Amino acid sequence: MRASSALKQLLVAIVVTAAIWGLGWVLEDNINAYIVRVIVNCGIAIILALSLNLVNGCAGQFSLGHAGFMGVGAYISAILTTVYGGPFFQSPLGVGLAILSGGLCAAAAGYLVGLPSLRLKGDYLAIVTLGFGEIIRIVFLNIDAVGGPRGLPGIPRFSSFFWVYLCAAITLVVLKRLSESSYGRAILSVREDEVAAEAMGINVAHYKVVAFVISSFFAGVAGALFAHYQGFIDPQSFNFNRSVDVVIMVVIGGMGSLTGAVLGGIIVTLMPELLRVFEQYRMVIFPLILIVVMLVRPMGIMGYRELWHFDWFKKIFNRKKRVAAEA
Amino acid sequence: MKKFLALFAVCLIAGTACTKKSGDSSQAVSSNEIVFGEYGSMTGAESTFGVATHKGVMMAVEEANKAGGVKGKQVRVISYDDQGKADEAVTAVTKLITQDKVHLVLGEVASSRSIAAGAVAQQYKIPMVSPSSTNPKVTQLGEFIFRVCFIDPFQGAVMAKFSINHLKLKKAAIFRDIRSDYSVGLANFFAEEYKKLGGEIVADVSYSSGDMDFKSQLTSIKGKKPDVLLVPGYYTEVGLIARQAKELGLKAILLGGDGWDSEKLTEIAGDSILGSYFSNHYSHEDKSPVVQNFVTQYKAKYGEVPNGLAAMGYDAALVALDAVKRATDTTPAAIRDALASTTNFQGVTGVITINKDRDAVKPAVVLKVVADKTFQYVTTVNP
Amino acid sequence: MQEFLQNLVNGLAQGSVYALVALGYTMVYGVLQFINFAHSDIFMLGAFAGVYLAMWLGTSLPAPVAAVVVTLGAMLFCTAIALLTERIAYRPLRKAPRLNVLITAIGVSLLLQNLGQVVFGSDPRVFPPLIPTYSLFGTEGIVINNIQVLVITVAGLLMAALHFIVHHTKMGIAMRAVSYDIQVASLMGIPSDRIIMFTFIIGSALAGSASILYGLSYPKIEPLLGVMIGLKAFVAAVFGGIGNIMGAAIGGIIIGLAESFVVFYVSSSYRDAIAFAILILVLLFKPAGLFGTLRREKV
Repeated sequence: MRASSALKQLLVAIVVTAAIWGLGWVLEDNINAYIVRVIVNCGIAIILALSLNLVNGCAGQFSLGHAGFMGVGAYISAILTTVYGGPFFQSPLGVGLAILSGGLCAAAAGYLVGLPSLRLKGDYLAIVTLGFGEIIRIVFLNIDAVGGPRGLPGIPRFSSFFWVYLCAAITLVVLKRLSESSYGRAILSVREDEVAAEAMGINVAHYKVVAFVISSFFAGVAGALFAHYQGFIDPQSFNFNRSVDVVIMVVIGGMGSLTGAVLGGIIVTLMPELLRVFEQYRMVIFPLILIVVMLVRPMGIMGYRELWHFDWFKKIFNRKKRVAAEA
Repeated sequence: MKKFLALFAVCLIAGTACTKKSGDSSQAVSSNEIVFGEYGSMTGAESTFGVATHKGVMMAVEEANKAGGVKGKQVRVISYDDQGKADEAVTAVTKLITQDKVHLVLGEVASSRSIAAGAVAQQYKIPMVSPSSTNPKVTQLGEFIFRVCFIDPFQGAVMAKFSINHLKLKKAAIFRDIRSDYSVGLANFFAEEYKKLGGEIVADVSYSSGDMDFKSQLTSIKGKKPDVLLVPGYYTEVGLIARQAKELGLKAILLGGDGWDSEKLTEIAGDSILGSYFSNHYSHEDKSPVVQNFVTQYKAKYGEVPNGLAAMGYDAALVALDAVKRATDTTPAAIRDALASTTNFQGVTGVITINKDRDAVKPAVVLKVVADKTFQYVTTVNP
Repeated sequence: MQEFLQNLVNGLAQGSVYALVALGYTMVYGVLQFINFAHSDIFMLGAFAGVYLAMWLGTSLPAPVAAVVVTLGAMLFCTAIALLTERIAYRPLRKAPRLNVLITAIGVSLLLQNLGQVVFGSDPRVFPPLIPTYSLFGTEGIVINNIQVLVITVAGLLMAALHFIVHHTKMGIAMRAVSYDIQVASLMGIPSDRIIMFTFIIGSALAGSASILYGLSYPKIEPLLGVMIGLKAFVAAVFGGIGNIMGAAIGGIIIGLAESFVVFYVSSSYRDAIAFAILILVLLFKPAGLFGTLRREKV
């Protein structure tokens, strides 16, 4: 039984990968570049929102410095492929490795941030993460070797629809598996009631840090993908406003919900583009819509639920199981 | 109440989605008009620069249209806001080129955003004209990227030469804006040239645009007793810096670049900036009809005196319009060639010739701040 | 030595502005347990109100009187906006999870900033010099001007007044009660909605006065001026112990002084990071802030 389910999973993975690749191929040839660009940006936003969802939504820790980790991932990977890399890092394998390294460094940064966060509650944690995010940005602003305020140009434009959405799919699968595992349940318990969790023998501190590290890893990957899509990064791209954007994605989608994070990422990326019609009033209307959404549906679109919790979803995809059970 | 708000939100979103669709289909460029794309920071921390540039651009285009357009066709400008973010700039330019199918792109002020978005313009081979980006790397992106301003190495050297040759002052302190690539670039080139000419940099400190208090840095500069203080930033901060420098009793003469050019400078700084010098593209005092006309028309249209950025936006648009006029047809390649061969074009900010690096070769003027809103012409420095 | 004193005075003056703004953050947090991100933008609006009011008054009143009138006007305007946002955006969310109110506050902040840019234009305005600046004693080394002294004095007076209100009036007791436990307070007969309104009024009035002091010291006014100041004042409120009034005031002063000294003696390019670095250091050793009390959670 186990072998066949493993095989089934592998098959699903291959099919999904092929589907994404196919979709990417169709899109890039037939749809104009601007729309493709928006779609890819959505993909990067999805990874960001999913990663922050782990910390803000599942662990209930309020982090306002996510852009900092994105920045670490972006800069580290960009440094490897431009300034210090050499020819190996220009190849696809090299770039992939650089992106991975960006994620790992971001994870390390997440560890450093997660440690002091243990003792802090709620709003204190928020401001400390905000502080870290800003400090990271200011550090990059002052490093002349990566361009400082002038930014770092010439990054090989390796990311494409395929790579970004592949990473998004991987992120989604990993986080889904995580949330359904005992690790994930432990993290959820931290959100629900720290005291009760501790009383049940869960090492709350440990799980908080784990949540931070995993979340920062994916944020770093998103940042690296972003850097290799833009071809250019500067510290301004990773400021407090960016962190706020990601928080909005998570909250609008529904905190703790993976599908919510995906939806939130798409909405927050699409909205400014759709609102371009309004020109200078665009940035007045965007926060207005935000406020209205908060007033009307404070739990976000999905609340705590996932797509696969809905009855209609279950009916479509679990027919086999029910048939087998009935037989 | 909640239902009402929900309905309102849905209508708002639906409305924007609908308008976008109808806008889309008619955006295909018809053959009887010329379409320019413009991207700039209309909102965000640097919006004052984007908006000023935009005003200059729009005025130039409207004048051209009133005079019958170019090649008999009217010119339309599609402007997108990039919020001061590099990735938004790339998105905006990608939209302009691939969806709106513009003939030419105008923008941006900040070199970092010009570099980011210029890569797209170069990739799609659509000419781009930057009004105010001074980092040399911008035009190095490729043969479709142009600018109508001088570059940092030149401008930085201008003030260095002026300080040593004209003012004969050899001890300088630098107070740069760490957040602005323009400021950092200018400061670096000034320092290089100044030292080459035998000057000494006694202090080099920084601030961030958006700061309001500069007293600690100025106190440390004061301690080093410089003869001149270079503040290569924008008028938005320079005004306060000058004020606080005076309050602290700092005796050095202030020097700056074209970022100073605005009547707000003397408004904010008051007396403290009198006797300072800065390099600029042109002088308001310039009696030539082109300049005087521009200033008068701008004042009439917008109710304020144009600042340096508005003038550069105006010239960028003028150069673009002139190139379209001279081009053999309205294909991007032809427009590009016409741009590359721009020679001795009489713009508002000087006589512009585009050299083989696609930079503008034009002299810089050095101005002295003598009274409220009055900059007196001192000398011209030729490239 | 002279430079040390110079930096001391500079830091105190700047810190006073931070302190006044921080008080608003901390007071609202005390009663509502949420961070009003829009507070700094109300501060910005106060500065603009001051500009317009001062222009409208022109020279019809003698300088000191004009300054007082403008300050009162700004305080009134700030209060009005604050009450409006409280009523429309925050009150409906009283029962909602904290994060949502926070997002709403961020939304209001963004709205005010961008609305400000659309309405006022993004080119900076000049704050009219209601009180002419002159140095009090300027020697070679250290220069103090009258505005700095004014700022420090007025801020001190206002903070003393606040302290009096909070600790020696009935309203103050009610405010403190609401900040301890809003449900019990209302059970004891305290009209919590009104107390919350009162808190907003005081907080924004302080911001309004701070904005005029700011305008006199740094005459450049533009729609985004609240951003950095707000962030630093917010940091001050937090590391002083959020909800703690004395903590916020002292926090603001400390940040002002720290910035002044670190920028002078160490490096100027990391100025913005200083406030955050201090915060992180303090919170590492005192997780509830300098004067905050760790609330023991009873299970």
